[in-house]
Amino acid sequence: MSHTTLQPIAPAMSFDTAPAARRKRFKPARIGIYAFLFSAALYFLLPLYVMIITSFKSMDEIRSGNVFALPMFATVAPWKHAWSQVSGGFWNSVAITVPSTIIPILVGAINGYALSFWRPRGANVLFGVLLAGAFIPVQVMIYPLVWMMAHAGVFGSLPAIVLVHVIFGMPIMTLLFRNYYAAVPHELFQAARVDGGGFWRIFLQVMLPMSLPIVVVAAIMQVTGVWNDYILGLVFAGRDNAPMTVQLNNVINTTTGTRLYNVNMAATILTAALPLAIYFISGRWFVRGIAAGAVKG
Amino acid sequence: MISLRAHKISPHLALLPMALTALVAYIGGALWTLRTSFTASRTFPSDDFIGAAQYVRLFDNERWLISLHNLAVYGVLFIVACMVLGFLLAAFIDQNVNGEGFLRTVFLYPYAMSFVATGLVWQWLLAPGAGIEGAVRRLGFENFRFDWIIDQEMVIYTIVIAAVWQASGLVMAMMLAGLRGVDPEIYKAARLDGIPAWRVYLQIVLPMLGATSATVFLLLCTAVVKLYDAVVAMTGGGPGTASEVPAKFIMDHLFLRSNIGLASAGAVTLLIPVLALLAPYAYARSRKKRA
Repeated sequence: MSHTTLQPIAPAMSFDTAPAARRKRFKPARIGIYAFLFSAALYFLLPLYVMIITSFKSMDEIRSGNVFALPMFATVAPWKHAWSQVSGGFWNSVAITVPSTIIPILVGAINGYALSFWRPRGANVLFGVLLAGAFIPVQVMIYPLVWMMAHAGVFGSLPAIVLVHVIFGMPIMTLLFRNYYAAVPHELFQAARVDGGGFWRIFLQVMLPMSLPIVVVAAIMQVTGVWNDYILGLVFAGRDNAPMTVQLNNVINTTTGTRLYNVNMAATILTAALPLAIYFISGRWFVRGIAAGAVKG
Repeated sequence: MISLRAHKISPHLALLPMALTALVAYIGGALWTLRTSFTASRTFPSDDFIGAAQYVRLFDNERWLISLHNLAVYGVLFIVACMVLGFLLAAFIDQNVNGEGFLRTVFLYPYAMSFVATGLVWQWLLAPGAGIEGAVRRLGFENFRFDWIIDQEMVIYTIVIAAVWQASGLVMAMMLAGLRGVDPEIYKAARLDGIPAWRVYLQIVLPMLGATSATVFLLLCTAVVKLYDAVVAMTGGGPGTASEVPAKFIMDHLFLRSNIGLASAGAVTLLIPVLALLAPYAYARSRKKRA
């Protein structure tokens, strides 16, 4: 593919607004651009396509047919089978995700608020530790946390897995809110102080009401992060509270005999359904959440 | 008087949960692991200090060495592929193409999926006989082979394929946001001077994306060190130990092989490159803030 004639150059445009359709003369370079994007789109869509069609095929059809062929006799039986295997995990994931989203966001908002406006002593050190905490591999902290929770008598329970998600979610949530509040005019805070607002009153009546955009971003990040977690759920949740990701992996990787690819794919789609739905519904917020979470500090 | 005191105490009170977490979970946990790495702990933590013996054993352990080698191969390929593909996608999308919103959605949706789901999908696509291999054979190429996932030499590359599929959309999104921040005048000036677009992107725009690239790079690095779920879901570390990675080595020795001492030494070893990467980045940021 030749890049040398990649003209005319489009002017840069804002991220979210679609460019006004400018009439372009069709040049070979444009064909190159579309060819590249089209083949890239195929690579990205192929697994989703195969997942979906496979989940509607019978095992006979999978054994005898092409992996890319559409199902000749579509059946929802694999979906029913898959749901019977992972539905318990689905409700576990819901039970884990709801508190593991609300608590870190609330704590993160309070932390971010305290760090950006009140600047108590030692805040910078604390902030630095949290920054490091956001990057350190969890393996470094996993065993001590297991040990502590075992001694506190909560290991392998719903509170244990929620607590772990709070511990590992708090740094990123704090960074997110701190950065958001950093852009709020300090005069607003000073005015609230002069009016006699205390720490909590200013937070509840001034800062929290204007935090909705960042709360949405934080919620998307935390929900997808907690829902997609595997390693923490595996270690801390215990057998009875295992999230969907853990159950999915067990279902697929411990099956003896023939692999039920159709059931496996339906179960995989079911497990990915919630974060995918969030992404498709709130794509713009999702991107913003990633960008905000990625620029840590 | 009381309310004045409350004003001073409240912020500290509010930060207390985080301070306790930082102290107990992060610092405490890391120190605990460091200490344990110098003991003979097996099933349970012990106080039997044996110096650096666990580290010596670790680096005599074939499985650990394989896992480090795999992580290096995976890390380099994953980061390079994600950054090149992510930048190319962003640059091409930036050419005022039709269906930009659709393309962005397509490139980024895998990032919404868990590594477990991602791994399982690719395991199925790469299954010898059933997946891509089977499909191509059906087309008449009966000797076609694409069985990397059961090939000791090639298995690590299958994990690269799946991980790049999952993460390159993220790079695209961040690079695109960076590209949209570039002054449009630059493109105009370059066009007037007759500089070809690929040179504008390579020599002018790319260097301007330095900060974005650094963040992306750091993010991908930490993702590399954390690599675990995808391996568990795709290969379980196999065939044999051919796709073993450090995070999985540590988890196995902590929970399946009752060797906490050795696992802790591995965890500390894993921590060193992360801190080495993080330190200059944090330093650069703190300098920039002060300036």
